Amino acid sequence: MQTNFTLAQLADPHVAESEQILRRCVHCGFCTATCPTYVTLGNELDSPRGRIYLIKDMLENGRPADEEVVTHIDRCLSCLACVTTCPSGVDYMHLVDHARIHIENTYRRPLIDRLIRSLLAAVLPYPARFRIALGLARLGRPFAPLLNRVPALKPLGAMLDLAPKSTARVSDSANPGIRAPEIEKRGRVAILSGCAQPVLDPDINDATLRLLARFGVEVVVPEGEGCCGALVHHMGREEQALDFARRNVDVWTREIDNGGLDAIIITASGCGTTIKDYGHMLRLDPAYADKAARVSNLAKDITEYLSTLDLPRLEPKRLNVAYHSACSMQHGQKITMAPKNLLKAAGFTVRDPGEGHLCCGSAGTYNILQPDISAQLKARKVRNIEATKADVIATGNIGCITQIASGTAIPILHTVELLDWAYGGPKPEKIPGR
Amino acid sequence: MADTISFLKPREAVLSRRAAIIADLTELLPPECLVHEARELVPFETDAFVSYRRLPMAVALPKTTAQVAAVMKYCNRYGIPVVPRGAGTSLSGGAIPQEDAVVLGLSKMSRILEVDYANRTATVQAGVTNLNISEAVGIDGFFYAPDPSSQLACTIGGNIGMNSGGAHCLKYGVTTNNLLGVKMVLVDGTVIELGGKHLDAAGYDLLGLVCGSEGQLGIVTEAVVRLIAKPEGARPVLFGFDTSEHAGACVADIIGSGIIPVAIEFMDKPAIEICEAFAHAGYPLDVEALLIVEVEGSEAEMDAMLKAIVEIAGRHGVKTVRESQSATEAALIWKGRKSAFGATGRIADYICMDGTVPLGKLSYVLNKTSEIIDRFGLRVANVFHAGDGNMHPLILFNANDPEDAARAEEAGNEILKLCVDAGGCLTGEHGVGIEKRDLMRHQYSEADLNQQMAVRYAFDEDWILNPSKVFPLDGRPTA
Ligand SMILES: Cc1cc2nc3c(=O)[nH]c(=O)nc-3n(C[C@H](O)[C@H](O)[C@H](O)COP(=O)(O)OP(=O)(O)OC[C@H]3O[C@@H](n4cnc5c(N)ncnc54)[C@H](O)[C@@H]3O)c2cc1C
Ligand code: SF4
Ligand code: SF4
Repeated sequence: MQTNFTLAQLADPHVAESEQILRRCVHCGFCTATCPTYVTLGNELDSPRGRIYLIKDMLENGRPADEEVVTHIDRCLSCLACVTTCPSGVDYMHLVDHARIHIENTYRRPLIDRLIRSLLAAVLPYPARFRIALGLARLGRPFAPLLNRVPALKPLGAMLDLAPKSTARVSDSANPGIRAPEIEKRGRVAILSGCAQPVLDPDINDATLRLLARFGVEVVVPEGEGCCGALVHHMGREEQALDFARRNVDVWTREIDNGGLDAIIITASGCGTTIKDYGHMLRLDPAYADKAARVSNLAKDITEYLSTLDLPRLEPKRLNVAYHSACSMQHGQKITMAPKNLLKAAGFTVRDPGEGHLCCGSAGTYNILQPDISAQLKARKVRNIEATKADVIATGNIGCITQIASGTAIPILHTVELLDWAYGGPKPEKIPGR
Repeated sequence: MADTISFLKPREAVLSRRAAIIADLTELLPPECLVHEARELVPFETDAFVSYRRLPMAVALPKTTAQVAAVMKYCNRYGIPVVPRGAGTSLSGGAIPQEDAVVLGLSKMSRILEVDYANRTATVQAGVTNLNISEAVGIDGFFYAPDPSSQLACTIGGNIGMNSGGAHCLKYGVTTNNLLGVKMVLVDGTVIELGGKHLDAAGYDLLGLVCGSEGQLGIVTEAVVRLIAKPEGARPVLFGFDTSEHAGACVADIIGSGIIPVAIEFMDKPAIEICEAFAHAGYPLDVEALLIVEVEGSEAEMDAMLKAIVEIAGRHGVKTVRESQSATEAALIWKGRKSAFGATGRIADYICMDGTVPLGKLSYVLNKTSEIIDRFGLRVANVFHAGDGNMHPLILFNANDPEDAARAEEAGNEILKLCVDAGGCLTGEHGVGIEKRDLMRHQYSEADLNQQMAVRYAFDEDWILNPSKVFPLDGRPTA
C-alpha cells in the first residue's frame, strides 16, 4: 500500500526497513483470520492489519507512541501466525520489533507496568535470580487471588500462579564442558543452555545430551553462554537484547573457530526464532554483522538437527501423542513436519489438535503481562488438545509447556524427552504407568 | 491518495454534534464495543480497495442483534450515516466509511448458532467467516459452497452484501443461490426475518433483494445458509496453453458442449509466476496460459468428465495436462490460486477489475485488455473465474507514484467499459462499491437505475445506509 515518509525519515535505517515492509501489505485482510487476538476480541485494532496500520500511522507522522497504540501492540503475542498467512510476504515480525523499540524509546508506561517489566527483565534472563524468584513466588502464592482482584496488579498474580508447585532439581546439563559421544563421533554441536528452561525443566537438556551422545554427536556447552535476549527483545529493550546477542555470538564464534560446529542446538523454539534472527538484529553493527549471520545460519532446532541423523525406525508403541506446534516453531521458524516425523519414526502415534495455528497464550512474558487474553487462549488450546484424547502432549518450547501444563491434567513433555525415551533413555517421570 | 472518485459531502449537522453522538453511543454499547479515539479510527478508514480512504466518526462493534438495532435506531433518528463492515476485504470500496459515518462492524458476532443436518442448513451470525462454516461442518462431510478466494477472512455478512462468488460457484451458484434466510435490522432499528430453512418462502423474494444490496437495505445480523454434502472425490487438473486465446476458446468450448465442471480458473503467465513463487504448487512455468479445471464425483464420473475435457482441450492445442497426484498437491493448487491477489503484493500494488463477459468474448476481451494496458504503459496479471466469464485483470502499479495510480484507475475504467460493451457487466462478484459507482450509467439506462434507487429509497428514505456507494451521487431521489 501507499506510504508517506519524507526522505529525512527514510535516512533512518529502521524506518527505511519498515517502509519497505509496509509497501508490501495490500490490505487484503487475510491475516486477521488467523490472528489469535482478533479471533478472541473481534476488533480490527487487535488484528495484524489493524496493528500494521497503527504502526504506519505512528511512524509516518513521526509521533511518539501513545496509550492507544501501546495497548494494541502490547496485546500482540508476536506469535507470527500473520506472517505464515500473509500471501504478500509482509515481514510483520521486524515491523512490530521496530514498533516495540519505538514504544520503549518514546512512551512512558504507568508506574506499576514499568516496575513489573523491569522486574521481569532483571530476573528471567538470569538462572540464579530466576531460581530464587521462583522460591519466593511459592511463598507468595497465597496472595495471588488478592492481586488478581486489582487490575493493575493482575500480572503479579499471574506470575505467582504460573510458578511451578515444586522446585525442579538442579542438573549439571548446563555446566560448561564437552560431552563426548558414546559411539564413533559423527558430528560436533554446541547447545544453548538457556535461562528459564534449565531452572523450570532441566530434564529437557538432560534428555538432549543423552540422545545426542547415543547417536555419536559431541556436544559442547560453551563457557559464558547466556539468555538469547528474546525476553527483553520482545519488550523493545533493544540495547539489552543486542548485548545478550553479542555475548552469545562471541561465545559461539570462539567454538566455531576452535574445533568447529555443525550446528548450534536450541531446545526452546522461542529462543531459536531469536537466534536465527541475530544476523538481522546485528546487521547494522559492522563488528558483529558477519559473525552474527554465521551464528544464525548454524542455529538449529533440536528436531531440525535430529532429522539429519537418520534415526532408525522403531516398532509402534501404544501411546497417542498430541503434538502442539509452538508458534515460534511453526510460524517463527517454519518447522512443521520434522518433530512429527521424528515422533512417528520413534513409534508414537501423532495427533494434530484442531486450530493448531492458534497460540496457547504463553508467548514469552505475555501470560504475565496480558493475563486475561492469555487465559482465554489457554482454555481454547486445552480444549482442542483434550479433544484428541491423547495420552501425552509433545511440544518444543518451555513457555508452552508451562502454560499448557497449568490448564490440563494430560502430561506435557518436550519432543526430545519422548525421543530420548524411545531410543533407550529412561522413561520420563511425567509419563504415568509402566 | 487517489481522488477521482468522490464521496458525499459530510453532513454538517452530524459533524457538529460529534461529541454528543459519541456520548450517546457510549450509553448504547459496552466500552469494548465502541471505538472513537482519533488514533484508533485510522485502521478503519479503508478496506481492500486501499487507494481510497475516509476516517469514520466512530466504530461500533456490537455483540448482539439488540445492540445493532439500538445503534441503528439512534443513527436513523439523527440522520447519521452508517457503513456496515464485515472483514473489510471488499475490493470495490464497499466498506470504506466517510467522515460523518458510524462504522457498524460485525466482527464480534462470529458464532455458528446452529447446524441442522436434517435440513442441511447452518444458522450463523453475520460476522462468521466464510471458511469457518465449511470447517465447522467439514468433519461431518459437508461444506458451504460459495468460496471467494478471500474465504479465509471474509464474513457471511459481507458475502451477502456483495453476493460473492468463487471458483466453485460454476457448479454450485453464488451466495444468493446458497442463502436461505437472514435476520436483518432495518434502518429504523426494526428487526425482521426473511426466508428460513426452506428453499422458497411465501410472498415476495425479499431475500433475493437483500443479497447483493451492499449494506444499503439493512444490517444482516444472522443468516441461514445451505450446506452441501462433500462429493466423493475431487481432482483439480492443470491445462497449459501456448496462448491466452487458445485457453479462452477452450473454456467456451467446454461450457458450450454442456459440460459443467466444478471450477474452471484461468491464469496468464504473470499470474502463474506470482502464484507459483508463493505456493510452489507445480504450475507449469513454460506456458502462456493455464486453466485449473476441477472435476468431482466418483472415480468413474471424474474419469469420464476429464476424458471429455481433455479431448476438447486437445482441439485447442493444449500443451500440458497434469492431474494432481495427492490431496496435498490438490490443496497447494488451490492455495496458490486463492492467494493470487495477495501474492501479487510481492511485486507491485494492484487494483482488481471484476467485469464479466459472455464466454465467447473471453479471448477478445483478454486481447483488448492487453492493448489498453500497453497503451497506458502498465502491467497486468490475469487470474479469474473463467467458467463464469468473470474476469479479474489485476492492474499493477506503484501506489507511491500518483501519476501511475491515476493511469491505473483510468485503464481500469476503460477495461470495465470494454466488458459492458462486449455484452457483459461491470461486476461479477466484487460489487459496485465506490469503485464502479460512476460507471453505472454506462451499464444501465436512467429508467433502470431509477427503479433500483426507488427500491433502495423504500428501505431508507434519508440515504443513511452506506450512502456514498453503488448509485452515482447525482440524481438520487430524496424525501
Ligand atoms: C484477496 C482477495 C480476494 C477476493 N476474492 C474474491 C472472490 O473470489 N470472490 C468474491 O466474490 N469476492 C472476492 N473478494 C472480495 C471480498 O472478499 C468480498 O466482497 C467479500 O464478500 C467481502 O466480505 P467482508 O466480510 O470483507 O465484507 P466487507 O468488505 O466488510 O463489506 C462488503 C460489503 O458488504 C456490506 N456488509 C458487510 N457486512 C454486512 C452486514 N452484516 N449486513 C449488511 N451489509 C454488510 C458492507 O457495507 C460492504 O458494502 C476478494 C477480496 C480480496 C481482498
Ligand atoms: S495478509 Fe499480508 S498483505 Fe494482507 S493485510 Fe495482512 S499483512 Fe497485509
Ligand atoms: S503476531 Fe500473532 S498476535 Fe501479533 S498480529 Fe500477528 S497473528 Fe496477531
